[in-house]
Amino acid sequence: MSTELPDVATLLDSLATSLNAEFERRDIGSPILVGIHTGGVWVAEALHERLAARSPVATLEVAFHRDDHATSGLKASVQSSDVPISLDGRTVVLIDDVIQTGRTIRAALNALFDYGRPGRVLLAVLADRGGRELPIQPDALGEQLELPTVQRIKLRGPHPLHFTVEEDAP
Amino acid sequence: MSVQLEPNGRLRHLLTTEGLPREMLTRILDTAESFSGVLGKSVKKVPLLRGRTIINLFFEPSTRTRTTFELAAQRLSADVLNIDVATSSTSKGESLLDMLRNLEAMQCDAFVVRHADSGAAEFIARHVRPGVAVINAGDGRHAHPTQALLDAFTIRREKGPLEPLTIAIVGDILHSRVARSQIHALLGLGAGQVRVIAPRTLLPRDIQRLGVRVYEDMDAGLEGADVVMMLRLQRERMRGALLPSESEFFARFGLTEKRLERTHPDSIVMHPGPVNRGVELDPRVADGPRSVILRQVTNGIAVRMAVMSIVLGGYSDATETGLEESPS
Repeated sequence: MSTELPDVATLLDSLATSLNAEFERRDIGSPILVGIHTGGVWVAEALHERLAARSPVATLEVAFHRDDHATSGLKASVQSSDVPISLDGRTVVLIDDVIQTGRTIRAALNALFDYGRPGRVLLAVLADRGGRELPIQPDALGEQLELPTVQRIKLRGPHPLHFTVEEDAP
Repeated sequence: MSVQLEPNGRLRHLLTTEGLPREMLTRILDTAESFSGVLGKSVKKVPLLRGRTIINLFFEPSTRTRTTFELAAQRLSADVLNIDVATSSTSKGESLLDMLRNLEAMQCDAFVVRHADSGAAEFIARHVRPGVAVINAGDGRHAHPTQALLDAFTIRREKGPLEPLTIAIVGDILHSRVARSQIHALLGLGAGQVRVIAPRTLLPRDIQRLGVRVYEDMDAGLEGADVVMMLRLQRERMRGALLPSESEFFARFGLTEKRLERTHPDSIVMHPGPVNRGVELDPRVADGPRSVILRQVTNGIAVRMAVMSIVLGGYSDATETGLEESPS
């Protein structure tokens, strides 16, 4: 069974529009974009361009804050977080490629607060494929996807950014 | 069949750097790199091993190694217990197993083991129950894998990729578990050339077989080296007439500023500590601009965090790819 995969550039445009509307509605001036490794960093960099954001993109590795270390282990390629500016009092936009259970975002929120106390945190996600296990919802979204539960969607990149779908072994 | 690696490639214990695949060595260093970032934050702690218990089982005293293991475990939010066992070479056999069973009954998840007997860590690894990890913190003359990994990590941070580097290991190779582990780790990571420099009496026979070049002349061995790794002269292990005197050792194999001129102009000097000043190293070199000895200590924490988090992760669902594909 094949699924029509969304075009990443189109989703990025729609996410940028949605995020801009949110900034306007909540009167947000100069947000800090924080991408979650690895896909979220690519999305954050693309958004940084589209939003003409001033602060540099910060990156977050959430592997050390995950709740499934005991069962799944540490992933093979752990990246380094890079938060070059103070988050204290600032509006932070946490950015990821795909949201499903919400556990990555839970881990990211914990990791984020190790760097200070943001004034406000928003969540921007390129694709929401449903299946939440935690009460976490994006503030800005590229697109809602309907995928069979056995399929995993993943953003590949960085050049060009594109989605792939893999099927879980039965 | 390797005790430390599972068939799917997962690192279950860390007993030796010998035979570790290059991908695993690189993975440990990459993970340590990420932990180095954690240690630079205001909150120097992550919740990764929350609720897990690590026991430092030291049959041989070592303040520095034990302290860095302890700090590494605490930075990972694990609970740590230090047990210093009075050394008695006859207390291995049954009483050691008894002790293990008792400690396991306290629901511990990992043992960090230092022992004067070669093979002690592997012996313990073969007897722990499934799911308990063993990390070798030095066993006799056999291996000291975390020291070798932190050395490789330090070299990579200071000098970049290991492929073009010439690395000289100097001193008592014969009695040194550190040297053995360094050689396996450095060659496993693809280091360009590894040399050992020592008097014949302090060289193991067949050392060339490991893939190193042997020098009995210090000046020749240092020529053009990018990294000089000094070993500690194991005075406590030196019995018999392997060396005339410490002062003669220093005269022939001690690292002085003069000798350092033979190395590459950007070379670095390393030592696993504690330094016998004036025996292996001229104090001016030990405290000089080329010395990265204190950075080795700092790096030791990140590397031990990496090893602990890798061996303690993913026991019940040992997938090779781990989190890479887990639902976001």
